[in-house]
Amino acid sequence: MTNALRSYFWRGLFAVIMVVAAYATFVRFYYGLGASTNLSDQFPWGIWVGFDVLCGVGLAAGGFTLAAIVHIFNLKSYHAVVRPAILTAFLGYLLVTVALMFDLGRPYRVWHPLIMWNPRSVMFEVGWCVTLYTSVLFLEFLPMVLEKLGLVKAHRILKNVMLPIIILGVILSTLHQSSLGSVFLILPTKLHPLWYSPLLPVLFYVSAIATGLAMTIFESWHSAKAFGRQLEFPLVQRMTRVLAVVIAVYLTMRFLDLYHRGALATLNNPGWERWLFGLEIVLMGVPMLMFFRERTRENPQAIYVGTVLFLLGFVTHRLNVSVTGLEASSGVHYVPKWTEISVTLAMVAFGFFVFRTAAHYLPVFEAEEHEPVPEVPVLEDRAYAHSLARGD
Amino acid sequence: MSKAILYDSTLCVGCRQCEEACSTRWKLPYNEKIAAEEKISSHKLTTIRTFGEKFSRKLCMHCQDPACASVCPVAALQKTAAGPVVYDEDRCMGCRYCMVACPFQVPTYEWEARLPKVRKCDMCSDRVPGGGVTRCSEACGYGATITGNRDELIAEARKRIAEKPKEYHPKIYGVEEVGGTSVLVLSSVPFEQIGYNTKVIKSALPALTWNALQHVPDVVVMGSVLMGGIHWISHRKEAVARKEGRS
Ligand code: SF4
Ligand code: SF4
Repeated sequence: MTNALRSYFWRGLFAVIMVVAAYATFVRFYYGLGASTNLSDQFPWGIWVGFDVLCGVGLAAGGFTLAAIVHIFNLKSYHAVVRPAILTAFLGYLLVTVALMFDLGRPYRVWHPLIMWNPRSVMFEVGWCVTLYTSVLFLEFLPMVLEKLGLVKAHRILKNVMLPIIILGVILSTLHQSSLGSVFLILPTKLHPLWYSPLLPVLFYVSAIATGLAMTIFESWHSAKAFGRQLEFPLVQRMTRVLAVVIAVYLTMRFLDLYHRGALATLNNPGWERWLFGLEIVLMGVPMLMFFRERTRENPQAIYVGTVLFLLGFVTHRLNVSVTGLEASSGVHYVPKWTEISVTLAMVAFGFFVFRTAAHYLPVFEAEEHEPVPEVPVLEDRAYAHSLARGD
Repeated sequence: MSKAILYDSTLCVGCRQCEEACSTRWKLPYNEKIAAEEKISSHKLTTIRTFGEKFSRKLCMHCQDPACASVCPVAALQKTAAGPVVYDEDRCMGCRYCMVACPFQVPTYEWEARLPKVRKCDMCSDRVPGGGVTRCSEACGYGATITGNRDELIAEARKRIAEKPKEYHPKIYGVEEVGGTSVLVLSSVPFEQIGYNTKVIKSALPALTWNALQHVPDVVVMGSVLMGGIHWISHRKEAVARKEGRS
């Protein structure tokens, strides 16, 4: 009964979000950016860029992180989560593209960078990488569809060319995940010193890897709930440990950078930047400390809480770099309009919805890839994974 | 020979003839209400700003190495050899990165339009490259805004400062700012007092991006080698097993 009620609640909420977003979409495309956003000449980028694009791409980083872990580093025990990660990434990039359509003043020209080149522009490079990588993700996602349709032959052909595709995907991701940070390198005096750094590309890259792992944990938890599937718990525990280390590396780099640039002194300045900075660091630091403790790693609930905290910290950092950190120099105060919030919410809700639907109908969580040849190695694989899981 | 504008704020009387001439050139409406808006926008590409008894003028600085042109993903903004930084609206997709990147908050957007364009001063690129002067220079009855060759204007500005050191702040705004601009400004007081951003860095901004972006080809090559190598090592066991199984 309660389950049914809860399900009605979520469905109702989803419907409301979508209806409001439909109206917001109308406002956006009929009346223009002025009517649908609180953007201005002084503040030309808001949450559609800061959240939908910058965070969206980061949240979809699990695709390349796990593809690399499993297919390049050959850590087989991670196999069970590589598909959900690729699915999330593929959906994530599609959503980012949709969100971009809202933000671009002339969305029908989104393809212009493909033929009108400016190799000095980071945005040009990001545009190319994202386009190519979305195609790569499509190819990485295709086996799930082929498998569902039982197209064994096509599946096998695709498998043979998968390695270069995966390497290409990792390289393209490395490039644009870091380049999203480079976007802000041109703002040495506009972006607050707590966030401006020549290391931005590296910080964006490392935080994207952490977020890729965190999103994978997040999904494992949700799919376990949704599909009554046994949580790959030993695997989640292992990912939690890796995540803790990646966050530690990130935060160390972040503080060394602040220290070397002398930016920590600006914490004495009044203003809300220091509080936002504090929030960001706490939201990343607390889950890191949690994950280093064995007690947390034994408790799925605690892992989930820590993961959500970290994801919020990641979002805070990206919004600080792209929105709030630019306010002081802009001379205006930006608060997103309802239309902006509504579209952003719809993107998130839609992402959840499509992911669940896809996970329901496609072999995302089920068995490993159907090796059409022998059965033995698969068994061995399982045994290996189990022994690893137990040994850990 | 690159052209430039010299704006001598000590000569400016705030008559706003330059504003009006600019609006006429762009076929934009101009009236008292618009004159009173002391900020640039998509319907006012240059403005006079009042600071007590003093005036200053805001317009695109036509940077020597402009941030806006370097960031534009479709090369809709270009620095021309003659000096003006020009905009090709047929390329622009409206990402507004140019607006974010400009250190002087110059490019503006037609927020109310359904298919908006970026708007900014183009230093009368229809006239200046051919040796003409800008509408604002032409309209100024006090010699506060003049068009000329950049080096000659710098020399002229230096001369004015040297001749009347008491009346001028010793610096010329635009010689060093962001690596140099094609709009030069003279003032009687430090520039920040009449609304100019003196915090901008003294070298060209696009270099900051290039520091990172130049590594892209290396990342591709190194990444392929590294990952191919890791794959080779990490899949050794299977490769060996497969071989032994087969033979
Ligand atoms: S002042 Fe701004 S808009 Fe004008 S050329 Fe420089 S960067 Fe571009
Ligand atoms: S808004 Fe237009 S001109 Fe400005 S950077 Fe984007 S594409 Fe280029």
